[in-house]
Amino acid sequence: MSPAAGEAAVVVRAGVYHDSVTLMRVSRALSDLPGMDVALVAMATELNLAMARDLGFDPPPAGPADLLVALRGRDVAAAERELDRLLAAVSSARGPSGSSAYGMAGAEGPAPRTTRSAAARAGEDAGVALISLPGEHVLPEAVDAIEAGLDVMIFSDGVPVRQEVLLKRLAAERGVLVMGPDCGTAVIAGVGLGFANVLRPGPVGVVAASGTGAQQVTSLLDLAGAGVSHVLGVGGRDLSREVGGLSAVRALRLLDEDPATELVVLVSKPPDPEVARAVQEVVESLRTPVVSALTGRDDLTEAAERALRALGAPVPGWPSWPAPARRPPRPGAVRGLYAGGTLCAEAAAIAGGAPAVAEGKEFVDFGDDAYTRGRAHPLIDPALRLDALARVGPDEVALLDVVLGHGADPDPAASLAPAVARCPAAAVVVALVGTEGDPQDLHRQAAAFREAGASVFVSNAQAARYARDLR
Amino acid sequence: MTLLSGPPHVVTAGVDLLREALEAQAVPTTPVDWRPPLPGTAGALARVLADPRRRAANERAVDRLTSSRPLLVGVRRASELLHLPQPMFLHAGPPLDWERASGPMRGALVGAMLLEGYAIDEEDARARLESGVVRLEPCHHHRTVGPMAGVVSPSMWMFEVRDDVHGGVAYCSLNEGLGRVLRYGAYGPEVLDRLGWMDHVLGPVLSAAVELAGPIDLRALAAQALQMGDELHNRNRAATSLLLRELAPYVVNAAPGHAAEVLRFVGGNDHFFLNAAMAAAKVSADAARDVPGSSLVVAMARNGTDFGVQVSGLGERWFTGPAGVPDGLYLGAYGPADANPDIGDSTITETAGLGGFAMAAAPAIVRFVGGEVADAVAATRSMYEITLAEHPAYQIPALGFRGTPVGIDVTLVARTGLLPVVNTGIAGRVAGTGQVGAGLVSPPVEAFTSALLALAESALDPFDQ
Repeated sequence: MSPAAGEAAVVVRAGVYHDSVTLMRVSRALSDLPGMDVALVAMATELNLAMARDLGFDPPPAGPADLLVALRGRDVAAAERELDRLLAAVSSARGPSGSSAYGMAGAEGPAPRTTRSAAARAGEDAGVALISLPGEHVLPEAVDAIEAGLDVMIFSDGVPVRQEVLLKRLAAERGVLVMGPDCGTAVIAGVGLGFANVLRPGPVGVVAASGTGAQQVTSLLDLAGAGVSHVLGVGGRDLSREVGGLSAVRALRLLDEDPATELVVLVSKPPDPEVARAVQEVVESLRTPVVSALTGRDDLTEAAERALRALGAPVPGWPSWPAPARRPPRPGAVRGLYAGGTLCAEAAAIAGGAPAVAEGKEFVDFGDDAYTRGRAHPLIDPALRLDALARVGPDEVALLDVVLGHGADPDPAASLAPAVARCPAAAVVVALVGTEGDPQDLHRQAAAFREAGASVFVSNAQAARYARDLR
Repeated sequence: MTLLSGPPHVVTAGVDLLREALEAQAVPTTPVDWRPPLPGTAGALARVLADPRRRAANERAVDRLTSSRPLLVGVRRASELLHLPQPMFLHAGPPLDWERASGPMRGALVGAMLLEGYAIDEEDARARLESGVVRLEPCHHHRTVGPMAGVVSPSMWMFEVRDDVHGGVAYCSLNEGLGRVLRYGAYGPEVLDRLGWMDHVLGPVLSAAVELAGPIDLRALAAQALQMGDELHNRNRAATSLLLRELAPYVVNAAPGHAAEVLRFVGGNDHFFLNAAMAAAKVSADAARDVPGSSLVVAMARNGTDFGVQVSGLGERWFTGPAGVPDGLYLGAYGPADANPDIGDSTITETAGLGGFAMAAAPAIVRFVGGEVADAVAATRSMYEITLAEHPAYQIPALGFRGTPVGIDVTLVARTGLLPVVNTGIAGRVAGTGQVGAGLVSPPVEAFTSALLALAESALDPFDQ
């Protein structure tokens, strides 16, 4: 890209740190300023420095603990002032930090710099640590949390499996639960951590090795009027041979002892056979009945339906708003553009005919590590999927998931619905995973996608079948 | 509280959006102000934190550090206490030779040559030192600490401090006072005269007085002094007064003829207690040495050229980086250009939870080290981020009698990038000048980074168990 007209500035603010999602939002806000061509505000990692160079800037030497600011546009000084204002607002929301070399000396003192220190500050009140740092930096904070007696949810991916095993062994010694790594969702006594739907309270406890899988099952249960006690994520690798279901077993036992839980649903990709046997033994030892939903064996919608039947509740017809194709697609030409890994695998199994990702990249999980390194999850940052939507072939069906709830994009339709409307595909099918309680308003989101010409389903499996069968 | 018994209070580290999502649900959060660790340490941190020995080792090491009970049991000549075959001197900081020695270190070594009669004059002293015939070893290798240049020669009188709980001993020379003194590299006639008087009068009188008094509880004196505005590195006024109060009757009994001059000398030197505090800190830190797997810092010391640290789990190895020039206030017409890089073993006080770590106890000195009272409080508070414990005896009134931050953990330094806060005197860079100021100094990052990498190399693999 060649440098555009206008003023340009590239500066490094040494030792100023903000997380990648915060900086992405700041960058976006600055880009939206009138007359602004480029606004890149990011930590000065190799990746981001290279991006700045690609954008025609010449960044000074800096490291990942320094903030890189690259601006080009009509009024760079105004953009810098706005940047200061936005960053100050973030810092003040996060707690005091002051001008002195050691941070502010308020009544509480400087903000805690480690999980150990924060846990000590929170004292007896602290119950859970939620860690969403880059994967290579997770272990020290997670060890702190476990040693402080906190249960830990590790949202991050990119944590080596050996570290996962180590953390889960330490947690077993300390009597706490490690949810994750790569645990996207948890609900504890009504509180959603990470990406979590607003669920009515009720008797179903969920143990999930799949974040969006759990969101699909619990959202359907909620829509059917069945409430949820807790959702305990355990991370996508928990039921692998290496990890051996350490957290799943502990989570099952916790829910078994929980008076609010009458039925447990276990959601996972097909586990390692040996681990499956061990988990099954635990399941059989519990007093609480367990519905196992192993995706691949049956789909998530069927799992939700089995849970409803186990509760003695009626299975409703799942809300859907099908729309005719704009033109007849090439039969079976479905391009899956997913944010949720389990949802992607489920859709690929139904509509792709084969475990998808390898098969000509027709089903892409944009939430996969390969796409999230150095950038935010697609549930937060739609940019990659917006690009992909624009590139779907005119004889293909675009199939995508939109996941609502806490932590997710506050209005996904705002960016995605116009892209759906512009999408060159023969048809667009949306699997809308959410509840009527979610802050994004399920019905308003559904209406926006319908108006953009998409078919909308609350069941991902139904959406996939519809996409497959479109003529 | 068990996980499922109610809505949790959440400690968050990472993406702020996820904390906001909790706040939107009215869930209380305590966010971690996380930053990337020191460059190049992420992998080593993971290995060290995974070492199955680490937690228990650090608990044991810091418990030994904080439970030690240093008693002043004697004042004796270095030649009696230490094996110093002629000609050999001890010096402050990590190992050093004449070639790399800075101005004040060279000045102090020349002074010691003259004091001991190993040379006839300055030129002769320099020639002999340059020739390498004089053995130089760190104080720390001999259970000893020395302020500034920290040069110890056989005739010097030393505080002898015993740890009543763990049984160790440690030594430190007697404080000469401020201004032009040997420890700042001055060796003029008035310096040597004073050392002569200390040799003939002060040492023998204090020796007799301490023997009459019996063991003096230095931990108790330091604890009281912290509540009287000392931090026991750059301010020792209260502690010196307390020691004087303990010793005065015995000084009079031991040597009525010299009592007045001895008491006047001690009372006229606000830093007299510093050397006792250093020996007390040394004996405490030594109690924490050699715990396999421990990442606790057991020594920080500077020789005027290098700043070095030693770590409990890594034995006698030094991890060094270039000594920085302190930032502070200068005496008279001196300025930063006159300052020598950081020097002295007195950082043993910070190692043991005093000095810069106890700044909040000493509002009176914050102007001296440049800043506001709030900065002193903030300095102490920030040190809780890199220490393993709060001292059970050393308390800070202004922080609600919270114990001082004690027990520097190399992993916490690497994780937070917060370096130990060190209060220090500033020596003139030219040999013979003496003290030119006092202030704050930052240790070099690489001393801690290299210590962490060494810990990672020696870490046990949790999967080999």
